[in-house]
Amino acid sequence: MVIGQSTVLAAAFPPDVEDFYLPSILPWGAHDAYWFTKITVLVWVAAAAIIIFFLASYRKPQLVPTKRQWLAESIYGFVRNNIAVDMIGPQGVRFAPYLTTLFMFILVNNFFGILPLVQISPMSHIAFPAVLAVISYVMFIWVGIKKHGIAYFVHAVKPNAPIGILPLLIPIEIFSNFLVRPFSLAVRLFANMFAGHMLLLVFTLGGFAMINANAWLAPISVLSWALTIAITFLEFMVICLQAYVFTVLTASYVQGSLADEH
Amino acid sequence: MINLYLAVAPEEGAAEHNPIVPIWEEIVVGTVAFAVLCFVLMKFVFPLMEKTFQARVDAIEGGIKRAETAQAEANQLLEQYKAQLSEARTEAARIRDEARADAEGIRQDVLAKAREESDRIIAAGNEQLAAQREAIVRELRSEVGTLAVDLASKIVGEALADEARTRGTVERFIADLDTAGQR
Repeated sequence: MVIGQSTVLAAAFPPDVEDFYLPSILPWGAHDAYWFTKITVLVWVAAAAIIIFFLASYRKPQLVPTKRQWLAESIYGFVRNNIAVDMIGPQGVRFAPYLTTLFMFILVNNFFGILPLVQISPMSHIAFPAVLAVISYVMFIWVGIKKHGIAYFVHAVKPNAPIGILPLLIPIEIFSNFLVRPFSLAVRLFANMFAGHMLLLVFTLGGFAMINANAWLAPISVLSWALTIAITFLEFMVICLQAYVFTVLTASYVQGSLADEH
Repeated sequence: MINLYLAVAPEEGAAEHNPIVPIWEEIVVGTVAFAVLCFVLMKFVFPLMEKTFQARVDAIEGGIKRAETAQAEANQLLEQYKAQLSEARTEAARIRDEARADAEGIRQDVLAKAREESDRIIAAGNEQLAAQREAIVRELRSEVGTLAVDLASKIVGEALADEARTRGTVERFIADLDTAGQR
């Protein structure tokens, strides 16, 4: 039985990139159709779940909150006070709704990476982090232009430095602020989720591979699976941390655009 | 077994994927899903939360303000009561003083009246005494005559022998009576 299972589960050891691209659901089993795959379904499920949770728990808001209302308020309150207001200042309150939405979307999508039976995060496909990063990119530039006009671009790339060193600094600033930022945002999130999934695959499938190769390796297989569980906990930390980091960085970029001094 | 896995692997890689190249269908799905999510949450949920937070702040601040007002009112009432109490106290003291003064006055009055009365009684007694003395003196004087006559008759009746001596005795007696009556 073990062998029967492993031939299915460990069909592709060592795991590679193709393990992230599952056959589509509709049309069933197609390899180059992407409209209706496990990944896109998960994205819709995440969006729906967040919407339902917030609408249900905030249908009839009360001054003295119920438990669910309190939970929803805590999430919003956390992003609002600990990210938006802390990073941007009092005017950060107006960015809190977007930042909370962003945070929740990333968090739930990331969480699919360790949710039993789901166990793959849509964020391990770069398309989704990229969309979010582009929104953040457009947003902080838009906020800067609204605040400073076209002078924002000068403001953003010209640091407070002696004039002699500016020819060196300005290209660096342009590069880091307008070229690297969206990529670093997207790639950081994507790579974390991708690597997490890959790690779990390696340890899970590795266990099967070893036990199949030699029955004497069974204890090491068990160890490998135990490590899978440990790594799942590690992944949980990464999931929360990456959602937090993405949100904080977006807030920080917005703050930079709003700042009067560079 | 390993051979089996190795044999399966290349079969799957029919369409090679590059993990850093986004799939455009997924970009569309992600954009639409996230847009819907943003729309719903930012329009229907978070503004409501801000409103609730504000209402909560108002409720708390209002409560504090109400409590402060009530406290101030209570303090004012307390001051008022204290003032009234001290007023009542001084009033009571004043009344007590007045009563004491009244009592003293009454006592003095009664005392004076009593003294007057006693003086009057004493005077009346004295007067009566004098009158009685006068009456007694008068009575005695008339009685002295009778006594003298009685004595004379006794002397005359019993010893006429020593006439000369008797005469001197009677005369002396009369003179004594006179001086007694003049006094």
